[in-house]
Amino acid sequence: MADIATRAPTQSRDRDATAESPAIRAAMIGAAVAILSLFLFLPLATVFIEAFGKGIDAYLATLSDSNTLSAIRLTLLVAAICVPVNTVCGAAAAWAIARFDFVGKSLLTTLIDLPFSVSPVIAGLVYVLLFGARGLFGPFLQAHDIEIIFAVPGIVLATTFVTFPFVARELIPLMQQQGSYDEQAALTLGASPFRMFWTVTLPNIKWGLLYGVLLCNARAMGEFGAVAVVSGHIRGFTNTLPLHVDALYNDYDMTGAFAVASILALLALLTLGVKTLLEWRFAGELALRRRH
Amino acid sequence: MNAPATFVRPSPLPGFGPALGATLLWLGLLVLIPLAALVWRASGLGLSGILAIASQPRVAAALRLSFGLSLLAAALNVILGGIVAWVLTRYEFPGRRLLDAAVDLPFALPTAVAGIALTAVYARNGWIGGFFDRFGVKIAFTPLGIFIALVFIGLPFMVRSVEPVLAEIDPEIEEASATLGASRLTTIFRVVLPPLTTAFVTGFALSLARAVGEYGSVVFISGNIPFVSEIAPLLIFVRLAEYDTAGATAVATIMLALSFAMLLLINLAQSWARRRTGNG
Repeated sequence: MADIATRAPTQSRDRDATAESPAIRAAMIGAAVAILSLFLFLPLATVFIEAFGKGIDAYLATLSDSNTLSAIRLTLLVAAICVPVNTVCGAAAAWAIARFDFVGKSLLTTLIDLPFSVSPVIAGLVYVLLFGARGLFGPFLQAHDIEIIFAVPGIVLATTFVTFPFVARELIPLMQQQGSYDEQAALTLGASPFRMFWTVTLPNIKWGLLYGVLLCNARAMGEFGAVAVVSGHIRGFTNTLPLHVDALYNDYDMTGAFAVASILALLALLTLGVKTLLEWRFAGELALRRRH
Repeated sequence: MNAPATFVRPSPLPGFGPALGATLLWLGLLVLIPLAALVWRASGLGLSGILAIASQPRVAAALRLSFGLSLLAAALNVILGGIVAWVLTRYEFPGRRLLDAAVDLPFALPTAVAGIALTAVYARNGWIGGFFDRFGVKIAFTPLGIFIALVFIGLPFMVRSVEPVLAEIDPEIEEASATLGASRLTTIFRVVLPPLTTAFVTGFALSLARAVGEYGSVVFISGNIPFVSEIAPLLIFVRLAEYDTAGATAVATIMLALSFAMLLLINLAQSWARRRTGNG
């Protein structure tokens, strides 16, 4: 004890006892920058450098190719179906789970998260087992000439599976945090359930909802593994943008593959930008309490 | 405590029925019935059938590779993610917010894009691959390349698990430790890190679960050589392409079973760590 007492005052006043020395600090920051550069920044930069490797004309030629355009259309179509479905159902799930106490609530919450712990390839496989030629409903579908696997419905189903939890898992904690006093007050004052939802619930959760929709959309447009299993890779018909990247890459058309990849990379950057903006501006109205 | 005697506790709020109904319909049609189809198919094979497929050399090699490398990648992410989380929560420096936002890039970047980009960087003619090639180390198209892709995909899980817990540690306990004469290193290892154990275990579990099933960011860099660099999710593809539905089902079932077993183990470790440190 005595030697602590004598040592303490000798420590210089400007060096905080709960901080590292400037050299260690610099080394740690350097290490973090190096880690993020090796794994994140270099690959991201490569996408754009390779995409413009043969000049802007080759880049634009790939993007205006009819197969690329149809991949863009299909990607938008798939997102336009699965994002609203998952948003409405995710909000319904959040309403049931965050506002009511019922038997099996925690089981239901776990089941909603289930798609995140299943490999995307397995997500695609389960639909092949159901609707494929040798699947459970295969003979029935063939008899009625309905195509699901190797067609657009299969892609929509597989994408909806993998993007299933995004909205619900953002809204559930947010609505639990907010509690239901506002809504009860609205009802007491005579609002109809519909009016309560539009004027109280929705304004309260709008930023959290946008956050969930944003992540859901990014994954829906970028999903590869699940969609690759069910699509059949028919160019111009069942290729989404990520599948088109794969097809061009396998043709050794690197510039083309990276050009299409650059659209998806831009989408990712846009998503990250909006997401970060939401976290900075509306941190209090999101389920997460993250420091920025 | 106040266990509901009825199915749902009475509430003044409307809409429970429709909301739960929509949820169950959505969950049942999209997730539960399809997964049940997998279980149904697998039960048709029987346990012995599944085990026979699991012990086929090529299947066993793919499973070993996938699970082994995923464990290693999650382990490396404990260190890398720990450093990144530490720097982002503890230090103020120009560009910190940008770095913090960039951590989520693997979440936002489509896996196929990440896959071809990582391959380009780590191939022999790439920026980093070229550097290592001079020392005779090949990264892309070897298990090492798969490892790199799995670290990439797991890193944000670790950082995002550790960051909030690290930010909430009260500086006073560190001050107390320093006042009592502990060196900075002792304080970090004996005072700061122990309460982070559960966060690290969570990050490890999430990173592992994602890596085991990962496909898009791995298939381009892996080279896909059977017995050497063929991952389990790819083998499902191969079996489907061969019209071997039973084989694909068996591999998928084994992957799911192993994943759930590992997550269960990790949950046990989690509650053990929580009891030991008295920290959620």
